[in-house]
Amino acid sequence: MTQQVLVQATNLQRRFGANTVVNDLSITLHQGEVLGLLGPNGAGKSTTMQMLTGNLAPTQGKILIADIDLLDSPKEAKQHIGYLPENPPLYQDMTVYETLLYCAKLRGVARNKRKAQIDTAIQRCHLEDVRKRLIANLSKGYKQRVGIAQAILHEPSVIILDEPTSGLDPIQIKKIRILIRELGDDHSVILSTHRLPEVKMICDKVQIIDAGTTVFKDSLQALENNVSQVIVSFANKVSLDNIRALTEVEDVAQDDQSYILTAKSDLQALIDQLCQTSVEKGWKVAEISPLKKSLESIFLNLVHKDSGGN
Amino acid sequence: MTAMVTIATTELKRLFRSPLAWSILGIIQFILALIFFKLVDEFIYTIQPKAAGLDNAPGVTETLVVAVYLWAGMILLAVMPLLTMRSIAEERANKTFVLLRSSPLSTTDIVLGKFLALIGFILILVGMISLMPLSLALGTSLDFGHSLIAALGLFLLLSSFAAAGLFISAISPQPTIAALASFGFLFFLLVLYIAGKSQTEGSELFVYLSHFGHFLSFLKGIFDSADLIYYCLFIIGFLVLTIRKLDNERLG
Repeated sequence: MTQQVLVQATNLQRRFGANTVVNDLSITLHQGEVLGLLGPNGAGKSTTMQMLTGNLAPTQGKILIADIDLLDSPKEAKQHIGYLPENPPLYQDMTVYETLLYCAKLRGVARNKRKAQIDTAIQRCHLEDVRKRLIANLSKGYKQRVGIAQAILHEPSVIILDEPTSGLDPIQIKKIRILIRELGDDHSVILSTHRLPEVKMICDKVQIIDAGTTVFKDSLQALENNVSQVIVSFANKVSLDNIRALTEVEDVAQDDQSYILTAKSDLQALIDQLCQTSVEKGWKVAEISPLKKSLESIFLNLVHKDSGGN
Repeated sequence: MTAMVTIATTELKRLFRSPLAWSILGIIQFILALIFFKLVDEFIYTIQPKAAGLDNAPGVTETLVVAVYLWAGMILLAVMPLLTMRSIAEERANKTFVLLRSSPLSTTDIVLGKFLALIGFILILVGMISLMPLSLALGTSLDFGHSLIAALGLFLLLSSFAAAGLFISAISPQPTIAALASFGFLFFLLVLYIAGKSQTEGSELFVYLSHFGHFLSFLKGIFDSADLIYYCLFIIGFLVLTIRKLDNERLG
C-alpha cells in the first residue's frame, strides 16, 4: 500500500542577504511517517520549518502540502499544517482555554466540534489542571505543552514541531514522545531535535542537515539493517596483506590490534570465509563483531568532518 | 470574513486585558476634563459677556464643543502610536505573530482584523470624550448636528492615525521604534499643516496633504465629501501598504 505524500518540498533555498542558510534541500514525507530533522546549531533546521509552514518564503524551490502549493494558495495549504515554532506563539494575557478557542476559530474548526477538539488537545497534552490559568503565569514546560496543543488542535495532516521536548521535565518528555508516536500513526510529523535518542525512539525517518544541505537521509529501519562491516581481532599476529587476500573483503582498515573489514556483498559470506580461513591458517580469532552504524557515529562523522574540514 | 471578526474581537478583548487601554482611557478623560473645565469657565466669565451684545455671536458649540475635540485630536496624536505599536511590531517581538502567520488566514484578514480592533477602541474613545460636551445639553441648547460632525471628524482623524500607525508597526522591528516613528509621522503631517498656513509662504498643497486641515473643516461643522474621501483614501492607502508589506515578507 502506498501512502499519500503529504509534504513534498523540492530544492528549497533561502538566502538572507549574501548568506545562504538553506541550500538545495528536499523533503518528502508520506502519511503516517515521523521524520526527524537533525543537525547542529545553525544548520538551518528552524529556517526549513519556517518555510514549510509558510512563515518564510523560500528564495527558490517549491513546497506542496497535501498536493497544494503553499506559495500559490497559502490559505488552503495552511489548513493542513500544525506548527509549533521554537518559541510557543502564545499571548501572555489569555488563558489556556481562550488561546485554544481562538486558535480553533482561526483554523476554521466547525463551531459544534470546537469544544470536543479543544478537550482532546487539552487531554492529549495533559493540560487539564491549567485550562483556566493565564499563559503568563505558566512555567516553560506548560507553555511548551500549550504550544503543542495548539499545533494539533485542528487535526492537521502535517504536524511540524520545532524542538518539541525542550524545556520539559523527563516525565513530560516521555509523555510527549508517546504522543508524537501516536500522532505519527495517522498524521505526518516533522520534528527537529538535537537529542539523538529521541530520534531513535520516535522517528521513522531521519534527515541530517548541516550548513543548509542534506548530508544524510534514510529510514531508521534501513539504518538498523544496514550493517556491512565487521571488527575482527586476533590473538596472534596476522598481517594486513593476508586479510586483504580474502576474496569477500572489499576494504580493510587497521585500528590498533583489530581490523575493520567491509564486505563486498554479503556480510555473512565474509564472516564464513574469515572463520574458515582462520581455521585453515591457524589464525587465533579473539573477536568478531558486526559493526553497527549508530546514529551518533553517523551524525558525528558527517557533521564533524564538515566543520573540521573548514 | 469570520476570521477577520474573530481577530478583531480577540484583539480588542486582549487590549482591555492590558492596563494600557484602561490607562489611556483614564488619562485622556482626566486631561480633557481639566481642559473642558477651563473652557467652560472661560466661556462663562469672558466669552459670554462679550458676545452678549454681538449679532451672530459664536455659540457654545462653536467655541466649547469644538475646542474639546480639537484638544482630543492633538493629544491622541501622541497616544495612538502606543496602541498601534502593539498590533504588529509587538507581536513580532514577542514571537506571537507566527500564530496568525501559520493559520489559514489571508494577510488581508490579519490586517483588517487588527485595524477593526483599533476602530473598536477608537469608537469607545470618541464615545467617552463626547460625553463631556454632551453634558452641556443639560444646561443649554447644543447644536447637535455640528457636534456630531465634529465627533465624526475626530473619529476619522483617529482612524487615519490607526491606519498609518499599523503600517509603521508592520515595517518596524521593535515596538518602541514603531511608536516613535508613528508619532514622528503624524506630527510631521501636523507640521505640514502649520507650514502650509504660514503667513509668509503658505502652501495650499501642504494644507491639503495634512490630515489636520481636513479635521478642522469637520470641526467648523462643514461636512465636505472631499474631506471624507481624503480620509478614506488615506486609510485604504495605508492598509493596502500594510498588506503588501506583510505579503512581501511571506513571498521573500
